Amino acid sequence: MLALVVDDSAVIRTVLTRILSGLGYEVLSAIHGRDALNKLEAGASPALALVDWNMPEMNGYEFIRALRTDARWRSLPVMMVTTETEIEQVARALAAGANEYLMKPFTPEMVQDKLALLGLSPTQG
Amino acid sequence: MSVSPEDFRFVSAFVRDAAAIVLESGKEYLVETRLGPVAERSGLDGIPSLVRELRRDRHGALARAVVDAMTTNETSFFRDVGPYQHLRQSVIPALIDARRADKRLSIWCAAASSGQEPYSLAMLLREHFPQLESWTVQFIATDISQAMLARCRNGVYSQLEVNRGLPAPLLVKYFQKKGLDWQVDERLRNWIEWREFNLVGRAWNSLPKFDLVLLRNVMIYFDVETKRGILANMRRVLRPDGYLFLGTAETTVNVDEGFQPESAHSSCFRQRAA
Repeated sequence: MLALVVDDSAVIRTVLTRILSGLGYEVLSAIHGRDALNKLEAGASPALALVDWNMPEMNGYEFIRALRTDARWRSLPVMMVTTETEIEQVARALAAGANEYLMKPFTPEMVQDKLALLGLSPTQG
Repeated sequence: MSVSPEDFRFVSAFVRDAAAIVLESGKEYLVETRLGPVAERSGLDGIPSLVRELRRDRHGALARAVVDAMTTNETSFFRDVGPYQHLRQSVIPALIDARRADKRLSIWCAAASSGQEPYSLAMLLREHFPQLESWTVQFIATDISQAMLARCRNGVYSQLEVNRGLPAPLLVKYFQKKGLDWQVDERLRNWIEWREFNLVGRAWNSLPKFDLVLLRNVMIYFDVETKRGILANMRRVLRPDGYLFLGTAETTVNVDEGFQPESAHSSCFRQRAA
């Protein structure tokens, strides 16, 4: 299964890639929402997306709204992974169409737990 | 509850030999936070007493409890998905059907610990069984530790704790931000009746009859005789058609034949017909 990781931080992309690879995912990275949309338009077909909030060009909130207005990606499971920790922001992300929300800092177990909540039971790699 | 350097060295060597866990210097807090409750549950007055007992018997129930406490991850909201799925899909609907005439339900979380389990069950009930709003639901959560109960009543959890196992929509619906932490909604905190209770004590007569009991991840602390005593008491407070949930690694099999596991879910137990 392919996971799309969208984060402008190379460190976070590397950490998430390591965690997801350990869970049996292949990982496609994007550096902001626009980059991710371009990769989807080019034919990438992920089973889920992990999306940061604050990014240049197109932030995670805008990216999720773009996904949800396009029939091709309306049902793609999306988890926001962000330093934004106010309840209003969690509610806003969910209202925009995020399925889950993980606050940084996080551990591999937290990522795994959240994927289980999304009904994504990855095979242990 | 602090740990002396000598006791820390002993515990480090013990868990290394028993479970290949490496506790480096600087992890004293782990020994304190994890073994403090073990000492309390075992009736010992602190970690020095626990270490003394452990030096005396390195293979008994206490030793197992120490290993378990040092190896088990902290509890989390909706710990183990399976039991909550079974509760939602089978057990609660069956109980609602069986009790629809008098609209009363009694629930006991018998090892509340830091509260994630009773709050998870409370959220599950509120989310999926709104008809219970018009029922009389007695929801009791107990723990042996007053400190843990104070924490439960307060219902405050760190960001790391709410990051684990708790669906984001439930975080938004049932929690409020309190500084850097998150506090459970007052309605849920007040819905649950928090009581101090010692499973190996004599106060079982003070308990009402229950339709559902969660006794998860606590039997591992006890030897077989103590487990038998607890399960015999449990048969008296659990209604004949009630449900008992144990931890995923726990069972009544070969301990108390008055119970049998459900075929649909191996950590859910029913009483055999007398």
